[in-house]
Amino acid sequence: MKEKYKSSKWQEVINWAQKRSLFMLHYCTGCGAIELPPTMTSRYDMSRFGIGPAATPRQADILLITGYLSTKTLRRVVYTYEQMQDPKFVMGFGSCTINGGMYWDSYNTIKQLDKYLPVDLYIAGCMPRPEAILEGFLDLKEKIENGEAKGYKKYKEEYEYYKTNQKKVLGEVKRRQ
Amino acid sequence: MIIITILEFLLIAIFAMALGLLFMGIARKVVARTQKRIGPPFYQPYLDVLKLFGKDAITHGFIFDFGAIMAFGGMIATLFFVPIGSIYLYSMSGTLLLVIYLMAIAYLGMAMATVGSGNPLASVGISRALTQMLGYEMPFIVVLLTLIYSSGSSSIVGIMQAQQGGFMNWNLINVPLGTLVAFIALLGLMGKKPFDAPIAPSEIASGPVVEHGGKYLGLLMLQHAVSIVVKTALFVNLFFGGASNILFFLLKMLLVWLLATLIGSVFPRFKVEEGVLFYWKWPLIGALIQAVIIIF
Repeated sequence: MKEKYKSSKWQEVINWAQKRSLFMLHYCTGCGAIELPPTMTSRYDMSRFGIGPAATPRQADILLITGYLSTKTLRRVVYTYEQMQDPKFVMGFGSCTINGGMYWDSYNTIKQLDKYLPVDLYIAGCMPRPEAILEGFLDLKEKIENGEAKGYKKYKEEYEYYKTNQKKVLGEVKRRQ
Repeated sequence: MIIITILEFLLIAIFAMALGLLFMGIARKVVARTQKRIGPPFYQPYLDVLKLFGKDAITHGFIFDFGAIMAFGGMIATLFFVPIGSIYLYSMSGTLLLVIYLMAIAYLGMAMATVGSGNPLASVGISRALTQMLGYEMPFIVVLLTLIYSSGSSSIVGIMQAQQGGFMNWNLINVPLGTLVAFIALLGLMGKKPFDAPIAPSEIASGPVVEHGGKYLGLLMLQHAVSIVVKTALFVNLFFGGASNILFFLLKMLLVWLLATLIGSVFPRFKVEEGVLFYWKWPLIGALIQAVIIIF
């Protein structure tokens, strides 16, 4: 880890603000999306912790992967992640992102998300309830405050590792121009 | 001497930014309470801006940068012509029309940034914003011309001074229908809920600011904060008689802002063509009736 980012006082101030203001982009591939509306609206209201939904990847801080990723959607998730601005955090949501969950022997889903993207935090469960999601967000805030959520730096440093794994499932990417 | 002038300008700009962010925070809290939520703390927009300025940002070229700066600068320039309480920098005649022109600069800046980014959703958003501007400016201008006629001055300070001496002299009492029309136009000016088709987050992903991330988004948030202050202050000056005391002035601004927020928190949004049609129908008829009443 390069410590030059961490050492400055200014970075601590930014971390302090970052912790209290998080824009979340939820990539709703699986069934997990259904747990997010109650988390955002009146019943559980995550905006009291300073977390709100973002409209586009450019504006977002958190990428929330809700549920399984097929190899087709993984490519889109990788594009989305690379469009986001540093500092950015990835949260895996549900057991599908941890070990494949109920899709563990499926031929076209990925089993383990952190082979392909640097996951900062997992929320276990199938599905995790809104309480669990809020608990996860609070844990992430603590990690940001302590400077432990360094997934985006890890992605840059171990770029080769992640790219190799991505290419293994996606094949060579032909970008349309 | 020149340093003092520069300091004055700088102070007003910083004050407006801080005030606008506070208003945004209050609005978020009020909307949350109407939806039976607890809502974020009132200082949340300050944290958002601080965080956004701490993030990385990528540019899409020179036009993109220039557009964002033009939007911000245009709004700051408008601010200097709007009196806040008894503090004003310019009092020559014609400031009212100048302010209307300058407000368009900010939108044109956003349009430039949109062109620079090349995102189709952003183009849809800004075209909606400019179309809607056609809608609300027509009744608004009619009301403003009525005000210029009735108070015999085309400067904002002049119109403010024409309303001095108790609330019976306010344009709110003298021009009631015009006030209502101008308030409806104000909702469109500020992009509040019935008329927020330009930024519609669920359809076109926040419209003109689609490609703005990090520091650019922070800049545009500050621009939005200043625009709130400019527009509510303009409305208070024109219809609520301004104020000699800054505290009373801020109280009146807060009242206007809260009213707009409450209306915004309960209404769904118009499609853009419905919005323009609405503006050209009822508010325009109201404005014309008011003009006829005042003139004859």
